[in-house]
Amino acid sequence: MYKHNNQGGQALSTALSPAQQAIQDEVDALKHKPGAMLPILHAIQDRFGYIPDEAVPIIAETLRHTRAEVHGIISFYHHFRTRPAGRHVVQICRAEACQAVGGRQLEQHAKSALGVDYHGTTLDRQFTLEPVYCLGNCACGPSIRVGDEIHGRVDPARFDALVDDLSATVVEVK
Amino acid sequence: MSVTVYVPADTTARALGADRVADALRQAAAERGLDLTLIRNGSRGLFWLEPLVEVATPEGRVAYGPVTPEAVPALVEAGLFDGGQDHDLALGLTEDIPYLKNQQRLTFSRIGITDPLSLDDYTGLRGFEGLRKALTLDGQGIIDEVKASGLRGRGGAAFPTAIKWQTVHDEPPGQKYIVCNADEGDSGTFADRLVMECDPYMLIEGMTIAGLAVGATQGYIYLRSEYPLAQKIFNEALARAYQAGYLGEDILGSGKHFDLEVRLGAGAYICGEETSLLDSLEGKRGQVRAKPPLPAIQGLFGRPTVVNNVLSLAAVPFILDQGGQAYADYGLGRSRGTLAIQLAGNVKRGGLVELAFGTTLRALMEDFGGGTLSGRPLKAVQVGGPLGAYLPESQWDSPMDYEAFAAFGGVVGHGGVVMFDDSVDMGEQARFAMEFCTVESCGKCTPCRIGSVRGVEVIDRIRAGENQDANLELLSELCDTMVDGSLCAMGGMTPFPVQSVLKHFPDDLTRSRGGSPC
Repeated sequence: MYKHNNQGGQALSTALSPAQQAIQDEVDALKHKPGAMLPILHAIQDRFGYIPDEAVPIIAETLRHTRAEVHGIISFYHHFRTRPAGRHVVQICRAEACQAVGGRQLEQHAKSALGVDYHGTTLDRQFTLEPVYCLGNCACGPSIRVGDEIHGRVDPARFDALVDDLSATVVEVK
Repeated sequence: MSVTVYVPADTTARALGADRVADALRQAAAERGLDLTLIRNGSRGLFWLEPLVEVATPEGRVAYGPVTPEAVPALVEAGLFDGGQDHDLALGLTEDIPYLKNQQRLTFSRIGITDPLSLDDYTGLRGFEGLRKALTLDGQGIIDEVKASGLRGRGGAAFPTAIKWQTVHDEPPGQKYIVCNADEGDSGTFADRLVMECDPYMLIEGMTIAGLAVGATQGYIYLRSEYPLAQKIFNEALARAYQAGYLGEDILGSGKHFDLEVRLGAGAYICGEETSLLDSLEGKRGQVRAKPPLPAIQGLFGRPTVVNNVLSLAAVPFILDQGGQAYADYGLGRSRGTLAIQLAGNVKRGGLVELAFGTTLRALMEDFGGGTLSGRPLKAVQVGGPLGAYLPESQWDSPMDYEAFAAFGGVVGHGGVVMFDDSVDMGEQARFAMEFCTVESCGKCTPCRIGSVRGVEVIDRIRAGENQDANLELLSELCDTMVDGSLCAMGGMTPFPVQSVLKHFPDDLTRSRGGSPC
């Protein structure tokens, strides 16, 4: 245990890689806040799209937590991911109001249309599929979220059209 | 010629294409050389009509909806820009739409009328009058007004708001906090989101009044990460409120101090539980704390803390402005004031219905909701989120108030009403209740953490036709254990939907998958 911690300390004392420095900058910008942990994790995920493993010792060292504590916090919250997602994160609402208007069928359709299960990413790394419990659009479900956009009344045909649109956008960007 | 048109910009309107409707209207106006003022207002909460376009006329605002981008050319042709009503989507004067006209909007009096970020719009409709009144009172005077209103916590627990405030007020001076629970995780609810997206200054005002009442100088709004638009709009409102002197070290020149910050949750349903929310705000895993100590005595960072739901705090400006009695004049029994009911799920006319306590569920679902979207018969309704019981038709005539619902094991909760037609498999809904708990349990206590996993397994065995009688008894006992032995409402109420299925829809549970056992 002690040896492991020493190694961590040495890694931090040597020059930081650009990625580590970027993480350290995000942490330093927020560490003064009371209860800074969640704001820091959000900032890192917003910047990198996920929370890289190398963020854990940096956060732990700066906020005076153990790495285990930091890991425990990251893994507690569904929102935080520790591996990169696909280009588009598609969240399907699984909650009751959407179930009442065909949400379960939409879930099945989305899985088969994208060829992945929840938390999976398509082979071309364009889409990551996630479940979500309520987007607050409960009078006009089934609802999905793509990035920060919410879509309502999404039936399988509308889902396919949205996916086509997003795929087309990708081609144009390239 | 100049014309003013309103196109809502809340999450639901945008989810149904409001941005593209706005673009189509701009284009149509440009083609006609019209001087168009297009205001992105909040939603009126009549979601089945979204995107609901309104046009200002000398007689008042007239409405059209639901408007698609494709319908815009024909609407414009039919005289939309003059308020012309010769079109299928024309709805007449907005204020005369029965769904809206028959409501009693106290908290939601401004939504959909104003540009959510316009301070002039807000103050033009009595915004910040409650705060001005509060600044003339001492803390006890503010609390007395809230006490007179009879306001009870709108998050679901229905605890009297004034008593909570009094407890924090009476703690010795020092750092105290106001925490707003905006982790609106219950399926079928969107009223908090509407406050934050459509009338954000109302929440800022309510929290500031709470701070003045108890002597707190710092407030936090714990907002769920599933509401990106609410976050964006609310943060902009905060910046403008600071700039205009409604927040900060010298509120409106009074020398009083209150700061406010939004903190984002991270997708954990349990963080809607107040002690778990506090741990999350402190930067920890969102695990439930044992009570006592109450948050009012040892809350955020161990200091006295008011934790209130968005809707409780949003009711406060009206109460201070119009007086506690004006609020208490609505409602019945111990449920005073209005309840924000949210009609959701399989409903023809879904949306926000603010009414005095006491309306029946049936009146809400039929008169307002218009029955199911599918047109099939209603079978069950879940009130109060994923931890609320599924109510069969025999329970739809109870008045919506905390005591009447509690009397038959129902939960008013946050006012969400999720309707299901007769195609629903209630066995599947019972299973989902347990499954949801396996995903969202914080893991601190065993009945919730393990009980929910066992609950899914037992329900699967029952549904597979395996040893049904014995397994039904086991499920019933498991539910009792979770209700009696869990630390908080997550494990303690997860059995409610399951027990209601056992009691009212047992056939759905025992029918083996793939056909009837007979």
